[in-house]
Amino acid sequence: MSVRFSATVPDRQVRVDLEVADGETLAVLGPNGSGKSTVLGVLAGLVRPQSGRITLDDRVLTDVGPGAPGVQVAPHDRRTALLGQDALLFPHLDALENVAFGPRSRGTDRRTARADAQRWLDELGVGDLADRRPGQLSGGQAQRVAVARALAAEPRLLLLDEPMAALDVAVQPALRQVLRRVLQERTAIVVTHDPLDALLLADRVVVLEQGRVVESGPSTDVLARPRSAFAGRLAGLNLLRGTWRDGAVHVRDGWDVHGRVEGTAPEPGHDAIAAFRPQAVAVYRDAARKTLLGSPRNAFDVRVTELEPRADLLRVHAGDLAADVTVQAAAELELVVGTPVTFVVKATEVALYGL
Amino acid sequence: MTPAGASWRRPASPSRNSRQAVRSQRPVDVPRWLFLPALLGALFVLLPLVAIVAKVDWGSFFSLVTSEGSRAAFWLSLRTSAASTLACVVLGVPMALLLARWDFPGLGLLRSLVLIPLVLPPVVGGLALLYTFGRRGLLGESLDALGIQVAFSTIAVVMAQTFVAMPFLVLSLEGALRTAGDRFEVVAASLGAPPTTVFRRITLPLVLPGLVSGAVLAFARSLGEFGATITFAGSLQGRTRTLPLEIYLQRETDPDAAVALALVLLVVAVLVIGVARHGRTAL
Repeated sequence: MSVRFSATVPDRQVRVDLEVADGETLAVLGPNGSGKSTVLGVLAGLVRPQSGRITLDDRVLTDVGPGAPGVQVAPHDRRTALLGQDALLFPHLDALENVAFGPRSRGTDRRTARADAQRWLDELGVGDLADRRPGQLSGGQAQRVAVARALAAEPRLLLLDEPMAALDVAVQPALRQVLRRVLQERTAIVVTHDPLDALLLADRVVVLEQGRVVESGPSTDVLARPRSAFAGRLAGLNLLRGTWRDGAVHVRDGWDVHGRVEGTAPEPGHDAIAAFRPQAVAVYRDAARKTLLGSPRNAFDVRVTELEPRADLLRVHAGDLAADVTVQAAAELELVVGTPVTFVVKATEVALYGL
Repeated sequence: MTPAGASWRRPASPSRNSRQAVRSQRPVDVPRWLFLPALLGALFVLLPLVAIVAKVDWGSFFSLVTSEGSRAAFWLSLRTSAASTLACVVLGVPMALLLARWDFPGLGLLRSLVLIPLVLPPVVGGLALLYTFGRRGLLGESLDALGIQVAFSTIAVVMAQTFVAMPFLVLSLEGALRTAGDRFEVVAASLGAPPTTVFRRITLPLVLPGLVSGAVLAFARSLGEFGATITFAGSLQGRTRTLPLEIYLQRETDPDAAVALALVLLVVAVLVIGVARHGRTAL
């Protein structure tokens, strides 16, 4: 394990244990006030827990509390770079000097640090903006520079606090792709409330509620079959995995999922994933479908495996897929376990990603 | 670039023109009747300045301001004010930083105490310094034993000026530090910068405009210092008789010289305000 974390912060009612393996990215999901940011603050050394122990690569960063030696390594000495939702580029330095800041602070000479910085800017596709001041960058550009700056500091653990929350939705997919690429082999923790971020950026997900871990597991499991109330409300995503063929995700014969491609299109034959929310799925009785004519391009013939009442809705499960319908609709369709139905989804409601 | 994204491209500080455009489109009007007291206030400040300029005897102006006593007082004032501004920066910057960034019990009380010279009559400040550093003062006897005599020397002038001017720098810089916040400092630390590097490369550059205007204010206050100086340092030509002291003395014997020197001080004050305003727009 690269990171072992266990901390209690009574002020914020947080008591969390978690671990991150070397090279793994962990997503922390949870409602507002669940303690996500506190966990990052404790890791970064900005918040001192009442008791707790944190190790990173077997180095003790924090060990405080009754009977503990009282170790609290200063924030600059932890090698845990923090990236927030605002880029927070130093306004008096240009993009290159911003990125060179980390290496320079560690004692790298000016020329090497600047060369490093230029490499990182190139890596993130903003190499031509090196001499811009932060005020002259768009939100997406600034956040890329901020990612470059965090990576140039060569952190052992990268902490991302809702890195895309402040960005225009139009530029989110591109940055998500960038983050996916740079997080691939890195030990990182990303706090988010977007299930797609968790799915695409993280190998594993933990869900926090009221300062406690209520659920954890591989991203696809937690997001497709959430057990906690929050993850269920937030996620419960339909995830179909297959190969990329003719502009669609080919899951199996007769199941080609069309949708919007997020970021760059995958290579033909490569693994890809289609994600859509249960609310976006319409349910038709098998017979009705023969006369169905309309814009939705995705229709899946399935058999109902479970009916799950949820607040004012009924969630219809059919194997790995789920659809939300009103109770009245379910009654009219005479849905029971075993009923053959067709799930129909508009392509615009489906997000397609290369894996 | 999408239209929504384009809004991010706006430069951080609006240009002079756009700022004026914003000013003219005020959504709510200021009450018209405020104009009268505002005008009276402006006249109250400006008229005495006009009066003193009108009183200047231009024929002898040059010889009056270049007399030996005047030149000595002028250079002494500039030198001591520069020295005390430096002392204010060296001692005041750390003080402002601690007041702005640290949180400890008694912080509010400490801040009030540090700002006392701001409201204390300067003569009282001079007395206090005398009873501290004077020959029979709190520290004076020990200093005397070491052969150091502070009172009634040029050093005493600098000390008196520093005493009264320091709060201006601390107040101005602390405000700038609080406005800037510590978000950038947190980021810098997380990138591996030790505290001294953060202070040197992030904190100071970010509050530089506040520091400059604080230093200018401190310089201006030092330049005009009178009460504490005359009490603690006396009035010895070339050693402790600064420009305000010279003006006060000349007023008795040679009013024309006093007026001429007053104009010199006025010009310096105007220059200082110009520098301070320039520093602020650079923000």
